[in-house]
Amino acid sequence: MKASDKGRIAALVAPGVLIALFAMGGGAWLWTTLEPAERDTIGGVLQTRGMLLVVVGLALWGLASWALNHLYAQHVTAAARLLEQARSRVNGDVAHPVEPAGASAVRGLAETVNALVEQRRRLDSEMAVKVAEAARHIDQERQRLAALMSELTQAVVVCNLDGRILLYNNRARMQFKALSSAPELAGGAELIGLGRSIYSVFERRLVAHALENIQQRLQRGAAHPAAQFVTTTRSGQLLRAMMTPVHAAEGGGQIHGFVLMLDNITREFEQDSARDALLHGFTEGTRAALGNLQAAVEMLEMPDLDHAMRERFQAVVRDEVQGMGRRLAELDKRGAQDLSTRWPLEDMLGADLVAAAQRRLEGAGLRVAADEVDRTLWLKIDSFSLLMAVASLAQRLADEYEVKRIELRLSAAPARDGDDRAVPRAHLDLLWVGRAMSTETVIGWETEPMRTGSESSAMSVRDVVQRHGAEFWFERERVRQAAFFRFLLPLAGAQQALDADTFVRSENRPEYYDFDLFAQTESSRALDERPLAELSYTVFDTETTGLNPSEGDEIIQIGATRIVAGKLRRHECFEQLVDPQRDIPAVGIPIHGIEPHMVRGQPTIDTVLPAFHAFAQDTVLVAHNAAFDMRFLQLKEQRTGVRFDQPVLDTLLLSAVAQPNQELHSLEAIAQRLGVTVIGRHTALGDAIVTAEVFVKLVSLLQSQGIRTLGQAREAAQKTLYARLQY
Amino acid sequence: MTHRILIADDEPNIVVSLEYLMKRAGYEVLIARDGQEAIDTIRRERPQLVLLDVMMPGKTGFDVCQELRADEALNGTLVLMLTAKGRATDIEKGLGVGADAYMTKPFSTKDLLAKVAEMLAAR
Repeated sequence: MKASDKGRIAALVAPGVLIALFAMGGGAWLWTTLEPAERDTIGGVLQTRGMLLVVVGLALWGLASWALNHLYAQHVTAAARLLEQARSRVNGDVAHPVEPAGASAVRGLAETVNALVEQRRRLDSEMAVKVAEAARHIDQERQRLAALMSELTQAVVVCNLDGRILLYNNRARMQFKALSSAPELAGGAELIGLGRSIYSVFERRLVAHALENIQQRLQRGAAHPAAQFVTTTRSGQLLRAMMTPVHAAEGGGQIHGFVLMLDNITREFEQDSARDALLHGFTEGTRAALGNLQAAVEMLEMPDLDHAMRERFQAVVRDEVQGMGRRLAELDKRGAQDLSTRWPLEDMLGADLVAAAQRRLEGAGLRVAADEVDRTLWLKIDSFSLLMAVASLAQRLADEYEVKRIELRLSAAPARDGDDRAVPRAHLDLLWVGRAMSTETVIGWETEPMRTGSESSAMSVRDVVQRHGAEFWFERERVRQAAFFRFLLPLAGAQQALDADTFVRSENRPEYYDFDLFAQTESSRALDERPLAELSYTVFDTETTGLNPSEGDEIIQIGATRIVAGKLRRHECFEQLVDPQRDIPAVGIPIHGIEPHMVRGQPTIDTVLPAFHAFAQDTVLVAHNAAFDMRFLQLKEQRTGVRFDQPVLDTLLLSAVAQPNQELHSLEAIAQRLGVTVIGRHTALGDAIVTAEVFVKLVSLLQSQGIRTLGQAREAAQKTLYARLQY
Repeated sequence: MTHRILIADDEPNIVVSLEYLMKRAGYEVLIARDGQEAIDTIRRERPQLVLLDVMMPGKTGFDVCQELRADEALNGTLVLMLTAKGRATDIEKGLGVGADAYMTKPFSTKDLLAKVAEMLAAR
């Protein structure tokens, strides 16, 4: 029974009781004052008319009760209801107004409450809009930062004070790939990745020293201290790193982390050294030759010189003059090769240049074919000026020779005998069928300022060609009655080939940053005591020839991805086919889809496993039915010399812990239950990604069961394992 | 007494001039084509002065000079380095390893003769 009900019943009963008490008390008091005769009279009256009094009493009671009930409802009940409603508004229900009821004061109170509630609702929604706006803003800024970073041509890595990577960009990824000792397999992903330690690339002392430098300079009051160091990496590359500190947001000058801008200066350094050596060699050689010449000439001036000696000194002069000519020619040639590095030329896929030229010419109303294009060529060009040159030539062909159809060709220039130029080159041809032109016309077109449509340039085609250290000429193709302009363009060097890969991958911009890692500090706590959500994981899967590693079954594919700071990092992945050096049983092929010809020529487990080991360093291993995969890995420990001694978690067992009442704990079943979309299953990487997504969800499920640390998770998994074995 | 001078240089084009120049000035001239030959000749013939080229195959002029200065018996040999290495660091090194004088190519033969005469006179 509610308190209000009690009060109400009391309000109803009380008047009756009061009236009865009043009547009885009053009656009794009256009775005592009466004479016996009066008592008899009244007693008689009461006996006959007593009911009337009772009825009057009851009527009074009824009246009083009704009045009290009304008052109660108007004042007490309405107030209590208002109180309840107001309380719930205090707790945050601002969607519904309170209902005004009861006496006018209570109603007034309710309306006031409503006004307050409305005010609060407006404030709340304004606040929510502002918060959402701020969040969007922050997100936008992060996106913008990420976009900016990934477009930068300089490698940038941001680390916290422990050297853990919080942010890196595309270029850094590429640089690290060049540093990787297993570039074909792990592709640098074992070196760079969110949460990975920069100290696997740079010596810790080097970084510490640079930080110390910065700190000292900060203390001396430098506004923007930065430190630089150059280091050789394990793979023999020369890296220049520029370090700038990241301050804590709260200010106070405390360093929170650092930004490293990396340049691989190996090539630059080699070029500089080569140029230096060339110059130095030329200076010394010339000096020596001049010395010889001067001495010989001075001897020739001697009046008492005999004929034979004169002959000898003249021979010296001839010889030295020839020698100096040779040296000069050599310097000239080498200098020409070097020239290509002076103008900032960019690396561009030749096919992209042709496509851009095609669009441009078609825009000018020409029909353009581009069937003979070598799609593997990377050019080192200034695409803007080169496109302008191509377009202006095409335009003049259209205007002055009525050429309607043009063909663009791109091919590697064949190496000529005796041509020892180090820079490989490509032919870019602008070909048309029709009238040939005179040499004078060609020279005119080459040297006059370029014009296309409304655009005009102060530069000529020849200027563009010179900028590239290139050549340009006109040639006839008699068989087809065609003619063409040919550009001999420099190709990008070997190092640029690396870039190709990043262009392919950069379509969807991956997450290269996680600033939450700033907060993470190297924990001195044992791994077992660290929260699951804080650890880094390598989630992997293997495809194998069969189920029994001890009976000769082998790994044919390893796929892995990473979870850092609770998020799946899809782009930090490892995927490698492995030559098992044995046959692949046909029965398994429909499952894993790996045919024998696919593994032929792939690396063997001897090289793949160390690369995978490097990829998985400093992380907890996760796999579905991990025992199976781990057995394959462990059996190779001795042969490959790598040991996987980090903790291992099994999604199968963890699922049994998190959802003990479910019977099925296959990867598909768990994924379905947890709402993970399964795509690309039964490739090692596909399965690893599904497993990782499942794992992330399992971690939050486990948390609600109080399983928070790695140790707790391992213990709980152990128990289910035993439970299952006992079954 | 006629002074004996060793010309140690691997370049015949300078040797021919120096040889003529020195002989004409009345010196007795010896020739060595590389560093080792220079050392051997100095040991055997004990010239008073060596015109020493720095860049020679095998032992360089620096090496030869160092060896001379390390050997009590040969310590007194005057060394005039003649070289195309003209950087300040090279000159420093030449004098550091014990050369008495250093001339950078190209040089005037008149200056060279004067220098040689001066060095021998001061001996």
